[in-house]
Amino acid sequence: MEKFIKHTGTAVPLRRSNVDTDQIIPAVYLKRVTRSGFEDGLFSAWRNDPQFVLNKAEFKAGTILVAGVDFGTGSSREHAVWALQNYGFKVVISSRFADIFRGNSLKGGLLTVIIDQSDVEALWAAIEANPATSVSVDLETRTVSYNNVVVPFVIDDYTRWRLMEGLDDIGLTVKNADSIASFEKSRTTLKPATLPIRG
Amino acid sequence: MGKTLAEKIWAEHIVRSADGEPDLLYIDLHLIHEVTSPQAFDGLRLAGRTVRRPELTIATEDHNVPTLNIDKPIADPVSKLQVDTLRANCAEFGVRIHSLGDKDQGVVHVVGPQLGLTQPGMTIVCGDSHTSTHGAFGALAFGIGTSEVEHVLATQTLPLARPKTMAINVEGTLKAGVTSKDIILAIIAKIGTGGGQGYVIEYRGSAIRALSMESRMTVCNMSIEAGARAGLIAPDQTTFDYIKGKPHAPQDFDAAVAYWSTLYTDSDAQFDVEVNLNADDLEPFVTWGTNPGQGASLSSNVPNPADIADPEARGAAERALVYMGLEAGTPLKKIAIDTVFLGSCTNGRIEDLRAAAEVVRGKKIASTLRMLVVPGSARVRLEAEAEGLDKLFIDAGAEWRNAGCSMCLGMNPDQLAVGERSASTSNRNFEGRQGKGGRTHLVSPLVAAATALRGTLSSPADL
Repeated sequence: MEKFIKHTGTAVPLRRSNVDTDQIIPAVYLKRVTRSGFEDGLFSAWRNDPQFVLNKAEFKAGTILVAGVDFGTGSSREHAVWALQNYGFKVVISSRFADIFRGNSLKGGLLTVIIDQSDVEALWAAIEANPATSVSVDLETRTVSYNNVVVPFVIDDYTRWRLMEGLDDIGLTVKNADSIASFEKSRTTLKPATLPIRG
Repeated sequence: MGKTLAEKIWAEHIVRSADGEPDLLYIDLHLIHEVTSPQAFDGLRLAGRTVRRPELTIATEDHNVPTLNIDKPIADPVSKLQVDTLRANCAEFGVRIHSLGDKDQGVVHVVGPQLGLTQPGMTIVCGDSHTSTHGAFGALAFGIGTSEVEHVLATQTLPLARPKTMAINVEGTLKAGVTSKDIILAIIAKIGTGGGQGYVIEYRGSAIRALSMESRMTVCNMSIEAGARAGLIAPDQTTFDYIKGKPHAPQDFDAAVAYWSTLYTDSDAQFDVEVNLNADDLEPFVTWGTNPGQGASLSSNVPNPADIADPEARGAAERALVYMGLEAGTPLKKIAIDTVFLGSCTNGRIEDLRAAAEVVRGKKIASTLRMLVVPGSARVRLEAEAEGLDKLFIDAGAEWRNAGCSMCLGMNPDQLAVGERSASTSNRNFEGRQGKGGRTHLVSPLVAAATALRGTLSSPADL
């Protein structure tokens, strides 16, 4: 995974709450067996609407999505994260994310940043007033900054470290293979197994 | 201080715990399907890894399979490739799979319990958010993304931050015609789609204890619609009786029951939050909007967004009514339906089919709509056919299909057309969920069946 330390770019205001993963990418786009090419399904229901924010020339180059509350609710499809990344987004900012979506994003290196709704509103206003506003998201200092505004955000130390080092979780867990093996030895035999097949 | 049930199960599965790091949790059962696994198997191959515990893993085909002509090759070549990829991956890595045509093929959350693989005290994961269903057995079960699927395949563990705990106490007695689907829809309307975010919910109280296992699964299934990754119910005699005799029930059943009987929330345990709901007052509940929290009693009217104080919720309601093509103040029972969908991991089990079949017995569905009946698994389909339920549905004018997720998520050909309106026993009424431009009202199996007969949203009491 690519290291994430700081990203600077322009931002896209998505003034909607409860943007669920079926809005981010509908099920009919989930048939691919690869991790790439999902940008064509991103927000597909809205992409034909000329008023939709991603269709406006001034927001086309945005790399930071600023969304309403409860972004990413619904299905566990990691394709939602891939669609955003394949499209070119590096960061999503919201006042609240659904648990599974947030977990998926942080595994895959799409930084999801939680700030207060009032800070989201202020950021929306700033980027709508000037779409060329440069927005920086700094994981080192845990801040979002634009114009003269600096908004701190919270992220746990472990996840921050993993993202800044670009480390993959499986690689880290495999280092604990001994702990897993010893846990398995003490595991109760009452738990079921799928093999051999019974019944 | 005592522990909650979720805390007990968590503690029993900690492989490694270190300050400032997520706990490494052991996973007892990993369910996989065709849509969220191919990239995970690719990841294993790229890194030269194997599946650590194939015997704790099981696959089936559900999300992207047709419910018609299942004896023929899948018509959509992209869907066919996805299903073929799952079959090839399972063969390569030694994973048990139940494919189309097999009696244990079906919606992954119907298959686990019917095989007896879902048992109390387990940790269960699947690359599907409705994995919370298995919590009905007193298991800690939750949905994961594809990166986590790969992690579990490779290590049989997951690094996880400890969740907070929420109790939802449902006391009282349900009236006739009111089901567990109405309980969970009412809960979501009460706490909101983000209300359970960061929590594991434990459903408690006399109304929950009175539910059958299948009804409990319906409640736990939709925990995710309340924002909670997992929801569970303490196991009891109802749970033990359900598991007994299933193919993978414990061979030393008494020892298992002795262990399962320790799985409850201690009387001195503290939940982070408690929510109360009175079952006596509940009525059949349906959604009118585009998220599962936008619901109301069937006997009420489409709400007026102007009456909603919170500006965010008001805006969401305004947008929802536009999308749904509904006017504030319209009685919900006047809403005409085009398609009735009976099925899914929420309500595609045998009890759901029995309840709906009893309503349509000897009657005809309205000529203005179609009704799709999609059993949750091939085994449920066979069981229903043995009881003659298929005939009741077909005689009423409904379509009797093969098992799969079908119209719940509109990934296979079972979809709504633009502007078409469904009464659906599934779990999500998101914009376009059941087909681009489709409009979904979430309902119980009883409401689905009564609606099919009358043509407008209805309960059996309206017949």
